Amino acid sequence: MAHIVIDTNRCKGCYFCVKYCPKQIITISKQYNAIGYFPAELSPDKKDLCTGCKTCALMCPDTAIEVYK
Amino acid sequence: MQAVFTRPKTLKDTPTHFCPGCTHGIAHRIVAEVIDELGIREKTIGIPGVGCCVFLYKYLDIDVLEAPHGRAPACATGMKRVLPDRIIFAYQGDGDMAAIGTSEVIHAANRGENITVIYINNSVYGMTGGQMAPTTLLGQQTTTTPYGRNFRSEGYPIRMAEMLATLEGVAYSARVALHKPKYVMQAKKAVEKAFMMQINEMGFSVVEMLSTCNTNWRVSPTEAIDKLENEMIPYFPLGVFKERTGKDFL
Repeated sequence: MAHIVIDTNRCKGCYFCVKYCPKQIITISKQYNAIGYFPAELSPDKKDLCTGCKTCALMCPDTAIEVYK
Repeated sequence: MQAVFTRPKTLKDTPTHFCPGCTHGIAHRIVAEVIDELGIREKTIGIPGVGCCVFLYKYLDIDVLEAPHGRAPACATGMKRVLPDRIIFAYQGDGDMAAIGTSEVIHAANRGENITVIYINNSVYGMTGGQMAPTTLLGQQTTTTPYGRNFRSEGYPIRMAEMLATLEGVAYSARVALHKPKYVMQAKKAVEKAFMMQINEMGFSVVEMLSTCNTNWRVSPTEAIDKLENEMIPYFPLGVFKERTGKDFL
C-alpha cells in the first residue's frame, strides 16, 4: 500500500503539498511542531487513498516527505 | 514496500533557513538530485554568490567556495582553469547576478568558460530585506520602490536568459519555473542538460529558475505561486533560448 511519511519537525507548513495533492488527502495539523509551525499531516481517514504519485514530495521545499510504494 | 522518493544523498540532513514556502529549497534539491544521478558528487565544486543561496555549503555535501557578491562566475572561471576535470557550478540569485555581478557573468559567458550557472530569479533582493532588483516587475512594490517600480525612473526588468543566449560562448540557456510539479520536472531536466554541457565541454551553460519570495512579495506561499504564474511568467517566458548540439563552434 502506497503511503507517505512526513517529517513533522522539518515541515514549515507552507501548504504546497495540501495544494498539489491530486487526492486532497493532506491537511494541516492542529498541533504545532518543535520549530513552531503547524505541519502537514496525512488525514487519518483518507490515508488509504494515497497512490504514491510523489507530487507532494516533488513540491516540498524542505524535503520533509518520503514516499513508499 | 520500497522507498520511491527519499532525500538525495548530496542534500545534507540539515534544516534550511529558507522562509516557509520558498521554492529555493526545491532548487537545492533538484541540483542535489542531478549531482547524485550523474554520479559527480566527488568532483563537483559549488560556488554560491551572496544572498539566500549563501548557505549552500551547509546544505549540499560537496566542496564549496564562497565568492564575494556577484563574483561567482569569476571565481568559477579561475577554479575551472586550475581544475579542469572538476564540475564547477555557480549558484546565484537575481540581485547577485543581474545587478552586482552583471559584468562578471556576461564576460564569463562571452569567453565561453566551461562552467554552469544556476540563476534563481525571484524578482526581489530576498536576504537584504526586499529591495528592488533589476528583475523587479513594473508596478511591483518593494522597500525601495514603495509606489511600485516605474520604468521612467527605474527602467525595465532585465531578461538575463535571453540576453546571455545572444552571446557566442553560451552553449545552453534556459528559463524554468519552480512553482508547479510539471515545471519542477522540467527544471530538473534543464539542470541535468546544463551539467551535461559542461561534462561534454560545450561551453557556458545557464539555467534561470523563476522562484517565489512570499516574504518580500508580502503574500502567503500559495498566493505567491499564483503571483508567479500570473505576473512573472508573462514577462519572463519559459523555454530554452539556446542549445548547442555539436562542437562546430571550435
